[in-house]
Amino acid sequence: MTFGEIARKRMHILPVVAAFLALATVPQTSLAATAEAPVAAAPVAAPSAGSPNAADDTLPAAAAAEGSTAAAAPAGGGYTPLDPRQWIKGQPVDGGLDVQPQYSPIGQRAHTFHIWLVWIMAVISAFVLGLMLYTMIRFRRSAHPVPTKTAHNTLIEIIWTVVPVLVLVGIAIPSISLLKAQFESAPEDAVTIKVTGYQWYWGYTYPDNGGFEVISNMLPEGQAEPRGEPEHLGVDNRLVVPVGVPLRMQVTGADVIHAFAVPSLWFKIDAVPGRLNERLLTINEPGIYYGQCSELCGARHGYMPIAVEAVPLAQFEAFIRSKGGTMPGDAPATPAAAPSAAPAQQPESAVEGAPGAGAAPTASPAPAPAASANPA
Amino acid sequence: MATTTADHFEAHADAHHHDADHKPGFFARWFMSTNHKDIGTLYLIFAIMAGVIGGLISGLMRWELAEPGLQVMGQVATYLNGGEADFDKMAHSWNVLITAHGLIMVFFMVMPAMIGGFGNWFVPLMIGAPDMAFPRMNNISFWLTVAGFCSLMASTFFPGGTGYGAGVGWTVYAPLSTSGSVGPAVDFGIFSLHLAGAASIMGAINFITTIFNMRAPGMTLHKMPLFVWSILVTAFLLLLALPVLAAAITMLITDRNFGTTFFDQSGGGDPILYQHLFWFFGHPEVYIMILPGFGMVSQIVATFSRKPVFGYLGMAYAMVAIGVVGFVVWAHHMYTIGMDVNTKMYFTAATMVIAVPTGVKIFSWIATMWGGSIEYKSPMVWALGMIFLFTVGGVTGVYLANGGIDDVVHDTYFVVAHFHYVLSMGAVFSLFAGFYYWFPKMSGKMHSEFLAQIHFWVFFVGVNVIFFPQHFLGLQGMPRRYPDYTPAYAYWNEISSYGYVIMGASMIVFFVNLIYAFTAGKKAPANYWGDGATTLEWSLSSPPPYHQFETLPVIEDHHSHHDAIGPKGATAAH
Repeated sequence: MTFGEIARKRMHILPVVAAFLALATVPQTSLAATAEAPVAAAPVAAPSAGSPNAADDTLPAAAAAEGSTAAAAPAGGGYTPLDPRQWIKGQPVDGGLDVQPQYSPIGQRAHTFHIWLVWIMAVISAFVLGLMLYTMIRFRRSAHPVPTKTAHNTLIEIIWTVVPVLVLVGIAIPSISLLKAQFESAPEDAVTIKVTGYQWYWGYTYPDNGGFEVISNMLPEGQAEPRGEPEHLGVDNRLVVPVGVPLRMQVTGADVIHAFAVPSLWFKIDAVPGRLNERLLTINEPGIYYGQCSELCGARHGYMPIAVEAVPLAQFEAFIRSKGGTMPGDAPATPAAAPSAAPAQQPESAVEGAPGAGAAPTASPAPAPAASANPA
Repeated sequence: MATTTADHFEAHADAHHHDADHKPGFFARWFMSTNHKDIGTLYLIFAIMAGVIGGLISGLMRWELAEPGLQVMGQVATYLNGGEADFDKMAHSWNVLITAHGLIMVFFMVMPAMIGGFGNWFVPLMIGAPDMAFPRMNNISFWLTVAGFCSLMASTFFPGGTGYGAGVGWTVYAPLSTSGSVGPAVDFGIFSLHLAGAASIMGAINFITTIFNMRAPGMTLHKMPLFVWSILVTAFLLLLALPVLAAAITMLITDRNFGTTFFDQSGGGDPILYQHLFWFFGHPEVYIMILPGFGMVSQIVATFSRKPVFGYLGMAYAMVAIGVVGFVVWAHHMYTIGMDVNTKMYFTAATMVIAVPTGVKIFSWIATMWGGSIEYKSPMVWALGMIFLFTVGGVTGVYLANGGIDDVVHDTYFVVAHFHYVLSMGAVFSLFAGFYYWFPKMSGKMHSEFLAQIHFWVFFVGVNVIFFPQHFLGLQGMPRRYPDYTPAYAYWNEISSYGYVIMGASMIVFFVNLIYAFTAGKKAPANYWGDGATTLEWSLSSPPPYHQFETLPVIEDHHSHHDAIGPKGATAAH
């Protein structure tokens, strides 16, 4: 039996395949709708990373939603960094097979799409392998000594052109809508974070908060482990950002091209000298998320990791004040901090599991207001 | 795709004063050669040597990556720089290795073997031509490639910024390659690309001219064997893509040495411009590396299935389509530069389009086998391995084509796994398939079929153990071009390094097989693959006479269908 005969017999399957593909794209496109309100849904997913204090766990997200930030921010550098032993969320696991768990709305959406794609890849590969093995066994010389002379079959050629097109359309529709979602511009009240790649460390500037810059270097060998951080990923000063709040990430390079990448936030953008690449980022949960420079930038390319520390807005304000920065709405006279005079963090002094301690325990799952929610 | 009888082309040899097998002396023959078969042999020897060097470099890399921390780079840095190596020099040495591995494998292994080696050897034979159109230019092409390789090797003896050697990656991105790497090493590396590029452009001109003008009577374009089609498309890609690379790297040279600022933002230039220019070359380049492999696999699958290629025209024009579309998808290598959303959507969609002609090829190969009488000789098992592994690399390519997905896997080991599946398995498997297919034809000696099968199975296991786990590493976020990593990546890296040992063992089998063939191999008859092998090279002795087709063969058309090329397709006129 030739391909064509089989294909003609099975023609009725084609609409079924097409219908299946069309259906399969529906959840992808409908995700676009659910992703519209990511922040509202996000804080509900409280961290469950084995914190001994359940109350603390639920606090940070709630605090972010509360306007009572002043109470949470002890004056005079009272910021306590998150304890890595408890708060690491985004990091690779040994022997891991899949992408890291996602902690941003885009990441969660893309992860769903990613799984859909992995299935397509697996099915196509298995199909080709199966077809090949079947052909190899059925038409081996001992079983099929006289070859046919079939060299044409227009129908089958049309089918194996059209079906891949349908599959690709099934991929392209959710893919394009994912891209559209990724490129949503940051709202006006988003917190601006400027990331600068240097040979070979990162600088984090807070233009909305006085414009001071925090320099972030990899912890020397042997120092990360005692602090409860993974070797090669731990840094001396993390990028502290507010959780649940839209962040306007602006990324640039100072000397050569670097790339700011955090796998667990589905975030990667090149740090190109002379360009300011901007992308919206929202982090769902408080925690520490590791990443690494992802564009070859010279000798120590492999030695400039990224650590993002997402904390409730109150903690973020405490962090800003501890660096001598300002919050929007402060009296205009507040002087900006000296750019690189950032005092070192002291993670060792962190109170165990108390990133949200001091924040008012109000449980309102309303959409988190942005930075400008401070009393004016 | 057309047959002819063997004896006509040898029989008259001794009748002439200037006979077909008159060979010049050693130096004139191998250093001043204008004979396409000798130049093809030189290319193959060169590619094997370059491949060994590139392969040993990847061995150093897998050794370094076998466990966290820096184990091997200290030695490498000491070797490169002399004296005690500090940490920066060790890290720089890593970059030198990845740069050298990439450039060697692309420009000095796959391209010379596919186009220079098999292309030179078999395009004239398959179209019934006595030689290439420009034999002396052919010679220049080869020796410029050698000079380019020497320039690349020389770069390791010069300072390149942090340490000795060019540590800029095979992509040579500005500004790392301009202001970021002080010293002549990068200039030597760039010059090496100039030489290899000029050689390839001349080779492309030679192939296009040969294929368009020197086909035997009756050998119409639509009757050419698919391997010739693949080389024709490849030659056009080379001709159109390489000048762009030449321009880009010339601008790098002037930015580095003459104060221009093409890629320097402080002078009004743009680092991203370099990436656009590079990838406008770079993406066609990946098809340049795989298309001749497609051609070889088509010949081999047809031969060992004893059937004509299924959908010949579809196969030929699928390659043309891949070549054309390959020119308009380049920026999918640059998804994270911060490009416009519409641009990114376009490149996502355009890139996925390439999967369609590629799918046509995969299914046509299987359809060629369908209904055939398949014999599993060494070239066939390599070709089958290529078809499946290229499919795996192809589907991960569709995955990577999605701009939104690329945000998490860009510049990670997932990309490394992907392009090694299409190149280190797609291209290299087809190279080995072609090698075992044609080695007795080229050398006149049969290789050991048993050793070739062992080579296949061990190599197959080895490369999959190396590269499949790298998908997992990439998904977990391990970036490319890292000499060291956090302990969480240790598990799969260790397994990947074991894979290298398996692969290396299989290469020993390959070289043993070569030694066996040259010392104890049986003499190869003209057509040692039997009925399925129908193209013109099988009408000649093994090895073919030094000058073949002094009387052109005539391909007679016995078929009403212009593209139905069967074994009865032609006979030689005398």
